[in-house]
Amino acid sequence: MAADPENPRRWIVLGASSSIGRAFARLAAADGADIVLAGRDTDDLQRIAADVALRSGRQADVLYFDAQATGQHEAFVESCIAFGAPIDVMLLFGAMPAQEATDEDFELARQTIEVNYVGAVSVLNRLAPHFEKQGDGRIVVLSSVAGDRGRVKNYLYGSAKGALNLYLQGLRARLFRSGVTVTTVKAGFLDTDMSYGMPGLFLVASPEACARACLDLGAKGREVAYFPFFWWGIMTIIRSIPERIFKRLSI
Amino acid sequence: MKVKELDISGWGRIPRATSLAVRPERLAAAAAAVRACPEGGLVAYGGGRSYGDAALNDGGHVLLTRRLDRILAFDPGTAQLVSEPGVTISELQSFLVPRGFTLPAVPGTGFASLGGAVANDIHGKNHDRHGSLGDHVLWFDLLMADGTFLRVSAEDDPGLFAATVGGVGLTGILMTICVNVLPCPSNAVRVTEMRAEDLDHFLTLLSQHRDRETYSVGWIDTLARGARFGRGILEVAEPSERPVAARPARRLRVPFDMPGFALNRWSIGALNAWYYGRVPSFGRDRVVPLEKFSHPLDAILDWNRMYGRAGFRQFQCVIPDDRAPSGIRCLLEAVTETRAGSFLAVLKTMGGEGRGCLSFPMRGFTLALDFPARARTAEILARLEGITLEHGGRIYLAKDSCLSPEGFVQMYPKLPALREVLDRVDPDRLFVSDLARRLNIRGGA
Repeated sequence: MAADPENPRRWIVLGASSSIGRAFARLAAADGADIVLAGRDTDDLQRIAADVALRSGRQADVLYFDAQATGQHEAFVESCIAFGAPIDVMLLFGAMPAQEATDEDFELARQTIEVNYVGAVSVLNRLAPHFEKQGDGRIVVLSSVAGDRGRVKNYLYGSAKGALNLYLQGLRARLFRSGVTVTTVKAGFLDTDMSYGMPGLFLVASPEACARACLDLGAKGREVAYFPFFWWGIMTIIRSIPERIFKRLSI
Repeated sequence: MKVKELDISGWGRIPRATSLAVRPERLAAAAAAVRACPEGGLVAYGGGRSYGDAALNDGGHVLLTRRLDRILAFDPGTAQLVSEPGVTISELQSFLVPRGFTLPAVPGTGFASLGGAVANDIHGKNHDRHGSLGDHVLWFDLLMADGTFLRVSAEDDPGLFAATVGGVGLTGILMTICVNVLPCPSNAVRVTEMRAEDLDHFLTLLSQHRDRETYSVGWIDTLARGARFGRGILEVAEPSERPVAARPARRLRVPFDMPGFALNRWSIGALNAWYYGRVPSFGRDRVVPLEKFSHPLDAILDWNRMYGRAGFRQFQCVIPDDRAPSGIRCLLEAVTETRAGSFLAVLKTMGGEGRGCLSFPMRGFTLALDFPARARTAEILARLEGITLEHGGRIYLAKDSCLSPEGFVQMYPKLPALREVLDRVDPDRLFVSDLARRLNIRGGA
């Protein structure tokens, strides 16, 4: 959607205090959009808002948002709408504890499912009617290649992201009827705080490149895309391995 | 606290250090990292552009600041800029210059971080006119050894202020910095280049121009001998009212480590002859982008790879005005004699002392050299240190990796004041670097 200075669009960035959220907000604002930064650390978000507004000259606001506090999501969505202007949504929040940690601690496993799946469904469900009313717009969701197959090293997190991917398929079909696009970005290894210091990462992409890709893929209205793109090839191979062999692999 | 083992170096690629690195993206995470009292101590690592070991902590922890990169406030009325420490000088300049302002001091590379620039009290080509960066710092928020934040200005706590601005990162971690910026009429400067035929001529030209133009910087041909000894090119510049068309910077990259012998006295000699000859004997005038004038080498990414895998040593000293003619001559003679042939040799003037305990500047002439790291390099640098001391001079810590602790004590008379503050704010010596250990900055032990 082209930037119109008279009637700017507003990107709602959910999980904005991540490095990708910061980069996304900067890029979207540089393209002429106003920004709402949503997350838990509102002190830190205020610093990002100042940065985004200074560099771009656009408006940047902060809203408290906790993915797990689903009871507050209705009011949160109302606050987003109250800023006015047509909105677009970039969903970036997530949590990825180590598999062993979720094996040992069911509370942590539950939290992981709640943040990555339940929290996303809760907020998107409440946003959907507004998008239907708005009649256009972009929803971009940063998901993960981990959702493509349950791997022994990361299947709890993967199952939440996999469920999210299925939910988005349905949401996409529903909102397509109102002219709204839903883009699932399946990310590979990203150089973020979430993955920092993890062993075995390769071809790690920068948050800036990921943010750019999310913005561009959303603008094109792409349905599902891998980022970086070569993960499509890697995941095609991983998905095609028969289960009786796959269960023996420790990937 | 997530950590990652990193093998890092400064820009000279030698010495190296293996450290556990934390990389906070927000203040709370930085404070948590400090509160965890990381084993082996901690020092901030920003753009990685100090040449030696100022931001290294072998066997301990480093805190990478590059993700703390938010510009927090800018008021054109008061010309005050507030920013986090991980923003690079180039990023700040591309924010400020289109708005009609510039940082008051800009180092030779735009890839340095603001935090590192303050902690090393960096200077630019306008030092005579505008002083060093520390002269323009109004206040900063310091992440202290106990994990709390403290807002410090020169008025509230002059001791801690002076120990932090040009304090090589030993008081804590700079988290928010407020600097006064200067008006800047356009994105360009008007540069005049002229030949200096020998050293005396060079020093005379520099003395004449230091107060006349805003910017001045000289390049010396270290291989010229006899009557041409000390020849070079002097560039002086003034802000230009007329802008130049903003073009995206063309950047080349050194794609691999060049073999160690690539820079030798013949290749450097040929380059020097070309560099000297390209300016006509009657001089020339040009309008160039401020960015290109400020950071000429940034056009070649990873230029430190030209020195090969072994890396290189930088040397920069300042000699007070009255001793400079003999001091600079002795230094250059020592270099010429060894035929080491420094690829980059820069001569310029400085205006006065900085505000920090370890601020480098003093009124005088400053000479910067670099040498590929070879067997005899340490010997040459020890000789240059001796000459600097004999002439009452000082070696720049941001460039250094070879200075002796004895030499350091003589060059930095405000060291006792720094030690007193450090004993007050960091009695357990959490903040430490390889530089601090090498020079015994904390004293004792």
